[in-house]
This record gives sequence, structure tokens and C-alpha cells, in this order.
Amino acid sequence: MEGFEPFPGGAAVRLGQAEASILRGLADQLLDLLATRGEPVEDPVAAIFAPGPTEPPADPVLARLLPDAYDDADDARERSAEFRRFTEDDLRARKRDDARALIADVDALGPGGGVLSLDAEDCRRWLGALNDLRLALAVRLEIATEEDADKLYDLPPDDERVPTVIVYSWLNMLQDSLVAAVMPPGPGDGS
Amino acid sequence: MIILPRLGGAGAPAETADTATGEAASPDVPWTTIVHNDPVNLMSYVSYVFRTYFGYTEAMAEKLMLDVHHKGRAVVSSGSREEMERDVHAMHGYGLWATLRQDR
Repeated sequence: MEGFEPFPGGAAVRLGQAEASILRGLADQLLDLLATRGEPVEDPVAAIFAPGPTEPPADPVLARLLPDAYDDADDARERSAEFRRFTEDDLRARKRDDARALIADVDALGPGGGVLSLDAEDCRRWLGALNDLRLALAVRLEIATEEDADKLYDLPPDDERVPTVIVYSWLNMLQDSLVAAVMPPGPGDGS
Repeated sequence: MIILPRLGGAGAPAETADTATGEAASPDVPWTTIVHNDPVNLMSYVSYVFRTYFGYTEAMAEKLMLDVHHKGRAVVSSGSREEMERDVHAMHGYGLWATLRQDR
């Protein structure tokens, strides 16, 4: 497992076949969830013209990816509902675009994996997509506090969560290395 | 609570931290965007978002990120309700947990 390295105008990473396939599978699942909001679509044509949703999604992953905007006012619920009605579709569209970009880049590698080179815009989309995938896995792993996260690294080897924890840790490393590769140099560091 | 000047886009002045004092927001800028701590978002990524979206300096972004991490939340911008809704929407786009509040 390798992390991203800086590349002129972007970043690059070598992905093996299994790694590419894991990324693609996770992004596919996220796309499906974002597309339907985890809810049955009764009339696809009517859905296109329907106003945006006002209630938080029932699915806990989506609820984390699409949180309420108001939280402390007496009328926070009404204000969040109104905000959601006008913005959630756009937010879901952005997250789907990010996930689609990741899938397209992984697919372009071909079946055996290889070196993936991302330009600055690709990097921005990958950072969004990797973060959404990490949030999704964290909800499935029930990480609500820092202690929850720490405990996952002490699981017995036969715990059914271990494979997910390994993938989650790998995504952490990928995202951290991508941030390091693209972060514009701060003032005064001379680079 | 720390009230920050709103700095849209890149090229924000380096001395934002020094102006970030005082309790009272002026009546025409009564809203703030708050980013909340969560155990998932990486410190490096949160800092990246603050630099990229708000145009904060590395030092300022780092300070805000540490406030989020240690104090549980930080005010990252202030302005009109409409501006703060835009910032909250953008933070959600990046996957940060953000809300807007009227500063009272």
C-alpha cells in the first residue's frame, strides 16, 4: 500500500488490482445510496420534478453526509428543513460527481491497476470522494468518539469488523497523503 | 467566542488572527458558521479545507483546526445569514460537520 506523492500540478499514486477494486466497489455503493437517498423511488419521472427533501435521510450514512444546517435555534428544525429543501439535491449531486470522478479514474487504470496521475481538479474531487467514503465507513463502524476509533485498533483478529477497519485505515492514509501532496505551501516556507 | 472576519477566496491577509478578538458582532453581521469536531475528519484535511475554501493562511487554518479539535468547535466565518448558509453548504460539500448560528 502506497500513499500519494506530489506530482507537477497534482499527485500520483500506485494502486494494485485489489486496491483499485476496493475503491471502485465502495464508490459504487456510495453512488447508489446518494442516488436514491436510500429510499424507494415510486415514480422516477415525478421524482425529477419534486421539490427537494425537507427531512434528514433515514439512512445513518446519508444523515452524516447530508447534515442539518441549523442546530441551536428554537426553530432550528424548520430552518434546517427549508435549507435542505433548497440545497440537498445540489449537495448530493456534488458528492455523486466526486464519486463518479474517482470511479472513472480507477477504471482508466485497467484491470491490473497501475500508477494513477491526478491533476489539481482531480485531486479536489478525490479528496471529497475519499472523505465521503471514510465518513460512510466510520458510520458503519459506529465511530462516534475518538475513543471509539482508538478501540477499533485493539479488536481481536477474528472480529468481523477487522477487514473494514483495515480499509478505513488505508483510506485515512490515502487521504492524508493526498492532502500533503496538494496543500499549497504556506507563506515563508520558501517553496 | 472568537469572531472572525469573513475572507472569501484566496489571498487572505496574513494577520487575520490578530483581528479575531472581541465578543460583540455588529448588528449587521449577526450570523456565524461553526465547524464541529468529529472523530473522523483528518486534522490535515480540515486545515486544507479552511485554507482552500476561506483562503486562510496556513497558521490561521491550523489554529482554527486545533480549536475544532480541542474545544469541540470553532467559528470559522461570520456575516449575513445568506453568506453563512453558503459557507455551511460548502463545508457539507467537503464533508465537514458545520452549522450556522445567530450570534447573540
